Amino acid sequence: MDRCAIIGFGMTAIEARKPGSTFADMVWEAVNKALDDAGITIKDVENVITTSNDFFDGRTISCMAVGDASGVREKNCSCTEGDGTFGAFYGLSRILSGAYGTTLVTAHSKGSESVSSLITNAAFDPIYERALGLDAITAAALQANAWMKATGATSEQLAMVSVKNHGNARHNPYAQLPMEITVKDVLESEMIADPLHKLDCSPVSDGACAILIAREGLVKKGRKKPVWIGGVNFCSDAYFLGDRDLAKAPALTKAAQKAYSMAGVANPAKEIQAAEVYDAFTHQELMWIEALGLAEAGQAGADLAKGRFALGGALPVNPSGGLLSGHPVIAAGLYRMAEAVRQLRGEAGAAQVDGAKRVVVQGMNGLCGQSHCVWVLESGK
Amino acid sequence: MCADLSGIEPVIYKSGINVPYHWWAGDTASAFLTALRDRQTITAIKCGSCGMVFVPPRKTCPQCFTPNTQWLEVGPLGTVTAFTVARKQLAAIKDTVPVVFALVKLDGASTSMLHKLLLQNPSLAKAGMRVKPRFAQDRTGTILDIQGFEPA
Repeated sequence: MDRCAIIGFGMTAIEARKPGSTFADMVWEAVNKALDDAGITIKDVENVITTSNDFFDGRTISCMAVGDASGVREKNCSCTEGDGTFGAFYGLSRILSGAYGTTLVTAHSKGSESVSSLITNAAFDPIYERALGLDAITAAALQANAWMKATGATSEQLAMVSVKNHGNARHNPYAQLPMEITVKDVLESEMIADPLHKLDCSPVSDGACAILIAREGLVKKGRKKPVWIGGVNFCSDAYFLGDRDLAKAPALTKAAQKAYSMAGVANPAKEIQAAEVYDAFTHQELMWIEALGLAEAGQAGADLAKGRFALGGALPVNPSGGLLSGHPVIAAGLYRMAEAVRQLRGEAGAAQVDGAKRVVVQGMNGLCGQSHCVWVLESGK
Repeated sequence: MCADLSGIEPVIYKSGINVPYHWWAGDTASAFLTALRDRQTITAIKCGSCGMVFVPPRKTCPQCFTPNTQWLEVGPLGTVTAFTVARKQLAAIKDTVPVVFALVKLDGASTSMLHKLLLQNPSLAKAGMRVKPRFAQDRTGTILDIQGFEPA
């Protein structure tokens, strides 16, 4: 693969609601922050990918609503539906085709403006499943029970993920829910769907994120250190939940193995210094850690309890505070990439992981994590 | 936001999208749904290559990438492979909570089907429990022709 780097990023603060901002306002803010960060102008961009979801936005061809804010006029713009990491994957693929230069990827959503339960219910098959009344949360709860039964993970271990991530968010100026909480607080929060309490679930959020990617020859001597793309891969699992073993995430394992192989990583648990993973629910962070090869199968909960994934631990996971501290669906994975860039540049402030040279990022879309996109990002070439 | 727009009252435009659809269920799902409605049986389809038995039935095998052709009946008994008790009245849930959602692997099937458990005491739900379908009195050819699964 030709060497490509992330040369800039921009994030809006993640908030429960942004009544003062339209989709375009949020994207405009993120794009201009990214351009400033990279020290380039919109004229230097020739390839734009926007990422959005029509149902969340409540409009057909939702990507077009943010075209002007993304500076697409008279440029080649294409759109992705799903997670922002999928948009970034598409943007990178277009660079690698040889046909495109510096690439802007945006992603946005405003969970506050609709009803997430109804929208995620519509992800179920309309003929066989939708009328049953499940949504993303109740589906995740099925998965959580199945995974806990298979691995012996406990509700206390799940709660520790929430405590860690909300605690990490105290150092993140973009986070929605920085909180100092205890395991007891999580376990005593409202039971939404067994075994997931309110504080086991990520909140409804608004936000937009943008990143800029360039091929090595176009990485100018900008004001910031480029963050190199060492490896990337994308893999999907079966659509129907009943076709999968919900206690496992083989698609993520496969995507991770291929991304590590591309990056020359033989032992991810030792060669990666931090991870930003898709912690939409507490159990998912632990599941994804294992599927990413960062812990032995069934050991993530015990490793967490020993402090291995905490700030200052051997392998901090979601030092940004993760999605439990703010979950703008669609943009969420792109935020993870931007947070990894902050780490690799040494800009993460009190959440900085010492010696972070290689960070793994996971984006996800689909019920219980049907599709996964894994990025290995590096500070040096 | 420009400084001279600070303090502007955010105007919220309330709207909604209500678009009727009438989806053709496909011949495979139609066979499944009419069997529920007319015979109160749960039908499955088998892959001729790998032998996987799919419930609900799929026209093609996702593993072998070949058409499935062999129909068979499965169940009616099955085993709960995953479950959750929904406690909060989320917008998608039509019944009054608590509602038990589950994946049920019917005897003879290779995959599990998503549905509800009908339990007097939802807290007794557990993986591995044996269940049987309860069919609705009025059946119209939808997945809700099965009311849910109850302890066998």
